[in-house]
Amino acid sequence: MTAPALELVDLVMHFGAVRAVDGVSLTIQPGQVMALVGESGSGKSTVGRCVVRLLEPTAGTVRVAGPDITHLSRRRLRAHREDVSIVFQDPAGSLDPRMVVGDIVGEPLRLGGVSRRDRDERVRAELGRVGLRAEVARRFPHELSGGQRQRVSIARALISSPTLLVADEPTSALDVSVQAAVLNLLADLQRDLGFACLFITHDLSAVEYLADEIAVMYLGQLVEQGSRERVFAQPAHPYTQALLAAAPVADPSRQRARTRVLLGDDLPSALDPPSGCRFHTRCPLAFDRCLAEVPEPVDLGDGTAACHLVQPDGTGPDLRTTPTTARTERHA
Amino acid sequence: MSVLTVRDLSVVFRTETGPLSVVDKVDLSLDAGEIVGVVGESGCGKSVTAMSLTGLLPSSANVTGSAVLDGTELIGAPESVLRRVRGREVAYIFQEPMSSLNPVLTVGRQIGEVLRVHEGLKRRDARARAVELLALVGIPSPAHRVDNYPHQLSGGMRQRVMIAMAVACGPKVLVADEPTTALDVTVQAGILDVLRDLRERLGTSVLVITHDLGVIADIADRVLVMYAGRIVERAGVHDLFAAPRHHYTAGLLAASPVPGEHAGTHRLREIPGLVPVLVTQPDACTFAERCAAAEDDCRVQEPRLDPPGGSGHGAACWHPVRQRRGAAS
Repeated sequence: MTAPALELVDLVMHFGAVRAVDGVSLTIQPGQVMALVGESGSGKSTVGRCVVRLLEPTAGTVRVAGPDITHLSRRRLRAHREDVSIVFQDPAGSLDPRMVVGDIVGEPLRLGGVSRRDRDERVRAELGRVGLRAEVARRFPHELSGGQRQRVSIARALISSPTLLVADEPTSALDVSVQAAVLNLLADLQRDLGFACLFITHDLSAVEYLADEIAVMYLGQLVEQGSRERVFAQPAHPYTQALLAAAPVADPSRQRARTRVLLGDDLPSALDPPSGCRFHTRCPLAFDRCLAEVPEPVDLGDGTAACHLVQPDGTGPDLRTTPTTARTERHA
Repeated sequence: MSVLTVRDLSVVFRTETGPLSVVDKVDLSLDAGEIVGVVGESGCGKSVTAMSLTGLLPSSANVTGSAVLDGTELIGAPESVLRRVRGREVAYIFQEPMSSLNPVLTVGRQIGEVLRVHEGLKRRDARARAVELLALVGIPSPAHRVDNYPHQLSGGMRQRVMIAMAVACGPKVLVADEPTTALDVTVQAGILDVLRDLRERLGTSVLVITHDLGVIADIADRVLVMYAGRIVERAGVHDLFAAPRHHYTAGLLAASPVPGEHAGTHRLREIPGLVPVLVTQPDACTFAERCAAAEDDCRVQEPRLDPPGGSGHGAACWHPVRQRRGAAS
């Protein structure tokens, strides 16, 4: 059996007193797309940066396509650079403004010792694959639109044929019509090339379209994971339920008729996370035990959920139908 | 009863490389207690339209046309008039509350300042009123929060403070420019509830400017769709989503993922090409280059909203979308 594309075991990343990531374990099989969903401050991007080793984790293990890369030195990391790539949210900030596109996309090959002529050929092919004309290779990033720049980032990330692509909010800075094109492109490339993908996002609707598996983060920890079908149809954790209920739908009748789940405004600080279940300060269903005792992940058969109220068969309360939080007085 | 009536509003910026047309012949009306959404992608001119109403644009902007607020013409009005209008009659909230709040003053001081400048309130009265306003926008324990500094509040709380400040003088029109864009989804709904609540309790008219069709679907009574500086479609919110007439609107709707409808197999629809950057507005449809339904006439004559000036469903398109998918509820 081939090694998982990514294996995180109890990943911990602390910045001084800030506990950004606090014990995240997940596995992505080769060719699978896992969406890592969470709100700002949940630690999802920090996980992505640990995976590509832009950050050296405080504790835990990162295995990419087999080998443990958690604490490899920069030099020894080079051998594994081709296994994993990253695409960032803001292509304007992640492309060197003084380099032409051809050099940007070819950079990973240059570092890998590929000759200039071979590089140019592969750059042209890669640009074609992401839907850019070959002449774009001579342009600077500022001469391109936001969508084109993101295509350049994708080309750079994929030119070394990585086993794993980390895509950190790759469409969040783009307009709706451009987002659709980039999401379609990523889906096509993933299907054609078969790389595994950790797709980091706050946007559940983008996830439903792309992901095989979904993992939900809250304040540095995973609260739920499972197949896309199960998480969308039967979210077990109250936070997942709230996220799904809150995502706005571009349909006025549905949007206005649905039950509102309001969590209140206060995402607690990662400096001093709440005791017990970290979600208890915002959870309308929290009771004594949630304050005192950290919930263990409950095995649901299809994934897990870390909540005291969830049963192993996946049943538990549904925030969206709980009368204490329902605010249905408003209709179109 | 129309509170704000905008006619033929155009904005041209003078830039180093020549003129740049950003808003072109925009008509807009806002009734008392109405929530109108202006939706479009970045660069479509939606924010510039809103800023031009009260003279908030830099001097490089040339604004023409008319914007009448309760009988007062705003375009070309002297600064003394505009200063009275801003805050008292037309108030704004923006996307990023942290950059609009002063980090070294308590929120009570900042809300109080509005009341002292515009309403001449004494410090103590201003503070008491600030507490009331914080309660109005749904901030828990307002008597305590009034002494907080902005950094002590979450993003959603800060946006509520911005709204409290904006409505402090009871403006007739509240312009909310991407009010939820910087916020997490679990917080967004609460902010939209506040805006709706203000309309119901104070009768405030709200102009919501957003790129997010989900926000429009949630809160707007009527919608204007902008593209490259022009309003290309105007409709009641249910009509717009059920039966869009402009091909750009239809494209935007098809490009937006809807939960439960794109699982696995579906591809999102793309709109090919790019938004044009316009030196001058052509006598043509500016969407024609990206439109699958475009014909020769689209490139030689500008389509206007039909009927102009009204509030019925209309699209600026020579060959509007014909199909009717389902009935508008």
